[in-house]
Amino acid sequence: MDSKRYNSGRIGDAVFKGMAWFFAASVIALMALIFAVLVKESWLSINAFGLGFIWTSTWDPVALQFGALPSIWGTLVSSAIAIVIAVPISLGIAIFLTEMAPKRLKGPIGAAIELLASIPSIIYGMWGLFIFAPFLSEHVEPFLIDYLGFIPLFTGAPLGIGMLPAGFILAIMIIPFISSVSRDIFQMVPPMLKESGYGVGATRWEVIRKIVLPYTRSGVIGAVILGLGRALGETMAVTFLIGNAQEIHASLLEPATSISATLANEFTEAVEDLYLSSLVELGLILFVITFVVLALAKLLISRFSYQGGKF
Amino acid sequence: MYTHYIKRQTANYAALTISVLSAAFGIFFLFWILKDVFVFGFRAINLDFFTELPAPPGMEGGGLANAILGTLLITVLATAIGVPAGIMAGTYLSEYGRKSRMASVVRFTSDILVSAPSIVIGVFVYALLVKPLGGFSAIAGAVALAIIMLPVVVRTAEEMLKLVPDSTREAALALGAPHWKVTVHIVYRGAIRGIVTGVMLAVARVSGETAPLLFTSFNNAFWNFDMTEPTATLTVTIFNYAMGPYDDWHQKAWGAALLITAIVLLVNMISRIILRGKA
Repeated sequence: MDSKRYNSGRIGDAVFKGMAWFFAASVIALMALIFAVLVKESWLSINAFGLGFIWTSTWDPVALQFGALPSIWGTLVSSAIAIVIAVPISLGIAIFLTEMAPKRLKGPIGAAIELLASIPSIIYGMWGLFIFAPFLSEHVEPFLIDYLGFIPLFTGAPLGIGMLPAGFILAIMIIPFISSVSRDIFQMVPPMLKESGYGVGATRWEVIRKIVLPYTRSGVIGAVILGLGRALGETMAVTFLIGNAQEIHASLLEPATSISATLANEFTEAVEDLYLSSLVELGLILFVITFVVLALAKLLISRFSYQGGKF
Repeated sequence: MYTHYIKRQTANYAALTISVLSAAFGIFFLFWILKDVFVFGFRAINLDFFTELPAPPGMEGGGLANAILGTLLITVLATAIGVPAGIMAGTYLSEYGRKSRMASVVRFTSDILVSAPSIVIGVFVYALLVKPLGGFSAIAGAVALAIIMLPVVVRTAEEMLKLVPDSTREAALALGAPHWKVTVHIVYRGAIRGIVTGVMLAVARVSGETAPLLFTSFNNAFWNFDMTEPTATLTVTIFNYAMGPYDDWHQKAWGAALLITAIVLLVNMISRIILRGKA
């Protein structure tokens, strides 16, 4: 009887372990399947347009001529704008939270920012369309055009919709994310290091710039790249504001498009096989870009935590 | 000597002021958004909003009851698919794989999948389920959300299971309990609070997803209880209504935005309180 129980335990073990292994393996299989399906579905377009798909700027569903350049360009530029705006502000928030805020404020403000990171992106997009775009076109863009219009980046009509508004909303969306990750990283700096800085008479800014930032550098870069990964793949916030025009302009105020916005707007309308296949190839390109960016971020962050352990 | 000191002091104050200002700037925008969602949202919400079907385009009135139900159905189905799979995979990572090569590949893959663009997941599920089966369906939407949920649950489950000390496992093993019973009766029980919280957060996150549903569950103007048919959701409704031309649609979109935001914020706050109680 005892051996029976022993055996049933052994069978249970094998079954349970097998199930756990199966689902763990399915995570890897899922990733491979996503990649395989995207390649298979975009094969038609890959065959028709070859590598030139990436740097062709025609997107003509009527003539069935497709090139990804306007979408890729929009994805890269809007994300770049977002990073340029979001990084200084996020680091400011993180520095404020770890080094400056009074203890009573630290908790609530930090929690509020983490909560804001959880708000769905469609809320940001919709707010951008109804509130922020009119605000920009009435108050900010005329000013930019009047005073900075001699730079090609700020020419055109104050539409409130285009590359710059889309980048700005993306920035607002990733600020909570980058700032809460970098706050966590700043907190990992051993207090002893900072105290020795203060001990030799350094000002607070000198401690931040010469001790905290160098110590956390690769971690912060990792956090920024994670934020970039989010911005690159973000759909709803961008689609509302970028204007959805398959064009490339030097001006940031002109309507543009991005990979995700093109997909969101055109996917359900694509009837021809080649049209659909080109859209899937756009998705594949986006998947590859974010894969590379995220793998890089992960590498940097893991290296950071390794160094942190050694100190 | 003295001017040098003043220079450092000035640099210090300048940098700290910039940091405070940028923090204020960021926080100002975030609260501006929240304020608008609540102010405009409350104007749109009334009893009809929860009980009525959408009015025909251009007509006033009606509600989003079918979209509320659709979001609920799709999220529940996604949870039923994604959570058990995620917990089992997390169990593998914390109880069996640990430092093995397989485990580190699974961790790496799920970390990448967590931040994979959700619209690409939508395209993937479209190619996998919608195109071969010949139509948009609630099931396809749920599968897309389950894929987004899976890596989140895997990583949280692992983190939470790892918090259970090894000596607890060893104590149970030493009494002769089989490994799987130790996992189910001892380790899961010890980590249940954390796992439930993680699952709640994952559910909250996918309930606000829009992009993966655009080409999978699509939309529907009527009640739908058939999981193989296109189904309306709150988020896709926000997208369509906000892009549409009618003021009444925009009102409804604000209402739906408030509903989603309130649910997500509430779940996040509750889970923070639960987790804090644990620490």
